[in-house]
Amino acid sequence: MSALEINEVRKTFGNTEVLKEVSLAIESGEFLILVGPSGCGKSTLMNAIAGLEPVTSGEIRIAGRDVTWCTPAERDIAMVFQSYALYPSMTVRQNIAFGLEMRKMPRGEREAAVERVADLLQISHLLERKPSQLSGGQRQRVAMGRALAREPQVYLFDEPLSNLDAKLRVDMRTEIKKLHQRLGTTIVYVTHDQIEAMTLADRIAVMRDGEILQLGTPEAIYNDPVNRFVAEFMGSPSMNLIEATLEGDAGQGYRLRIATPGEDDLCLPWPRPTEALASRVGQRVLLGLRPEHFAEHDARLDEAAQGAPFSARVSVAEPTGADILLRLPLGTGEVTARVGPRCPAVPGERLALRIDLERAVLFDGESEQRLA
Amino acid sequence: MANVIRRQTPLARLGRMALYATLILAALFYLLPLVVMLLTSIKPLEEIRAGSLLALPLAPTLEPWAKAWGEACTGMRCEGIGGYFWNSFAIVIPAVLISTLIGALNGYALTQWRFKGSELLFALMLFGCFIPFQVVLLPMAQTLGWLGLASSRAGLILVHVVFGIAFTTLFFRNFYVAVPRELVAAAKLDGAGFFRIFWRILLPVSAPILVVSVIWQFTQIWNDFLFGVAFSGHDTQPVTVALNNLVNTSTGVKEYNVDMAAAMIAALPTLVVYVLAGKYFVRGLTAGSVKG
Repeated sequence: MSALEINEVRKTFGNTEVLKEVSLAIESGEFLILVGPSGCGKSTLMNAIAGLEPVTSGEIRIAGRDVTWCTPAERDIAMVFQSYALYPSMTVRQNIAFGLEMRKMPRGEREAAVERVADLLQISHLLERKPSQLSGGQRQRVAMGRALAREPQVYLFDEPLSNLDAKLRVDMRTEIKKLHQRLGTTIVYVTHDQIEAMTLADRIAVMRDGEILQLGTPEAIYNDPVNRFVAEFMGSPSMNLIEATLEGDAGQGYRLRIATPGEDDLCLPWPRPTEALASRVGQRVLLGLRPEHFAEHDARLDEAAQGAPFSARVSVAEPTGADILLRLPLGTGEVTARVGPRCPAVPGERLALRIDLERAVLFDGESEQRLA
Repeated sequence: MANVIRRQTPLARLGRMALYATLILAALFYLLPLVVMLLTSIKPLEEIRAGSLLALPLAPTLEPWAKAWGEACTGMRCEGIGGYFWNSFAIVIPAVLISTLIGALNGYALTQWRFKGSELLFALMLFGCFIPFQVVLLPMAQTLGWLGLASSRAGLILVHVVFGIAFTTLFFRNFYVAVPRELVAAAKLDGAGFFRIFWRILLPVSAPILVVSVIWQFTQIWNDFLFGVAFSGHDTQPVTVALNNLVNTSTGVKEYNVDMAAAMIAALPTLVVYVLAGKYFVRGLTAGSVKG
C-alpha cells in the first residue's frame, strides 16, 4: 500500500489547465522531490495534496484512504512552508504544540512531544522565544519541529530552503537528509533547485506545464533523461546540446557529423544504435553531452579506451578549484567541458580532448524526445 | 532636519526661523477656539459680559461645569447633561465593540477565506462608506419600527453598527490582506477552524488596526448628532443632542459659560481617546505587513 497515491489529478483555473492528469505513487518512507521551473504546477500539486486547494478531478489517497474531499486537518499531513509561517504571537513552544493542542492531545504528552522534537532539532534553548527573535535558520528549524511533533503520515516541504543564505541552505539540506534517514518519514518536497533535488531525493518528478515529464531516481533522471527539457534542467553546468546530422545505417553503424564554423567537420561514431535511429538518417539530431563527458587526452592511456578524439581552441578557462570548466566552440555554439585541475589549458590555444560517447544521449531535432 | 546636509548660512537660518514662526502662529490660530471655550467656561457671567473674549478669568470658577453637568435645562427638564453623557457611553461602547468585531471577521473572511465574488462583495461594501446619512433616515426609521427598536438604545446601537461595518471592514481587510496566506494554511493543517484561527492567530497580531478601528468608530459615533436626534427617545438621547437642547433652551438668561462647559464635557471623551491612543492611530494606519 502506498503512503500517498495521486490518480489522474487535474486542476483548472478558468481555461488554464494547471495540472493535466497527474498520477504518481509514493511508498512509505520514500523521499520524493517535485522539481520544475516556476509555473510548472508543482506548488499547485502540493496544495492539492495538502487539501488547501480543491482538485478539478481525480483522486488523492493517503495511506490507502481516499482524502480527495477531506479538509487539510483530516488528511494527517504536515507542511513546512517557504516563509515558515510561524504564528507570530506565539512562542516557539506554543508554535510546536499548537497542532497537538488542536488535536486534543493531553498537556503532558504535548509537553513531551515538544521536548522530543526540540531535542532532535537542537532548539531547546529557543523554546520561550517569539519567532521575531529568531534567525532565518532557527525559524526553519522551528517550522520543521512543528511538522515533526505531529508525526503525520506524509510530510510536505514547499521550497523550505529558498529563504536561507547559501551556506545555511547546504547545512540544512544535509540536516533534512539526516533526519529522513533517521526517522524514515515519507516526504514530498517541492523545489526549483536541481541540486537540492539530486542530493535529497529517492525519486525525482520533473514537471513542466502541469505534467510530470519524468519520474525516476536521481541517477536515472541525470543519466537517462527522456527529453531535452529534463536533460537541460538537471545538472550544473547544464548539459551541452550540439546540433548534428545523423549518417550511416544499422549495418555499418551510425555516425554524427557536427559542423563547426571555421573548423573541419567532426565525425563521431555512435556506439549505441537503436531502432528509432533508422528513420532519422540524414536528419538533424541533438547530441547531449554533460561537461564531465569530456576528458583531457592522456597519451599514456590506450587510444581506444579513451573515447572519440576532439580538439578545439579554448575560448575561456574557469578554474573552480576542484576542476576547470572550459568553454570551447563545437557545432553552432560553445560547449562547456569539465577537466581536471592540472589541465594545461590556455585560452586561445588548441587543446586535445576526448569525448565519452558511451554516456552521451541523443534527442530528436524536432520533437526533442530521446532517440538513443 | 538634522539629516539634511546643508551649510548653515545666516540667510538659511533666517528662512528657517520664519518657517517656524509661521507654523507656530498657525498652530495658535487653530487652538484659539478651544482656548476661548475653556476660558469662557470658567468665567462668571458678569466677567463675560464686561471683558473681552480672550481676557483671562479674574475669578475662575468651576460652577458653570457643575451646572452644565447637573442642573442646566435641556428643553423641559433641568437635570444637566450628565445623564446623557452616560447615555452616550451606553450607546458608543457596544456599538464600537460590535462593529469592530464584525469588521474584523469580515476583513478576515474576505482576505484569508476568499470565495468567488469576494472581491466584488468587498467593493460593494465600500459603497457603504459613501452613503450620506440623510438618505437612510426614513428607511431606517421604518426598519427600526418593524423591529420594535424605535426610540431605544438598542435601535441606535444597531444603526451605528450597520453604518460602521463598511469602515471597519475596510480597515481590517486592508490590514489582513498583508498577512501571509501561508500562516492561515499552516493553522488549517494544524487542525484549527475558521473562528479558532481568527481568535488564536490573527487577532493577537491585530493590535494596530484594532486601535485604528476603535478610535475611528468611537469618534464617529460619539460625535453623531443626526441619528441621535432622529432615532432616540427622551431617555436615550446621546450627549450631542442634549448639548444642542441645552444651548437652544430659550428660557431665562443666556449662560455662555454653562454652554461652553457643556460643550467641553461633550467633547472630552474623544479628546481623551486621541491623546491616549493617537500615536497608535497613526502607527496603525501606516502598519503594513506582519513580520513573522
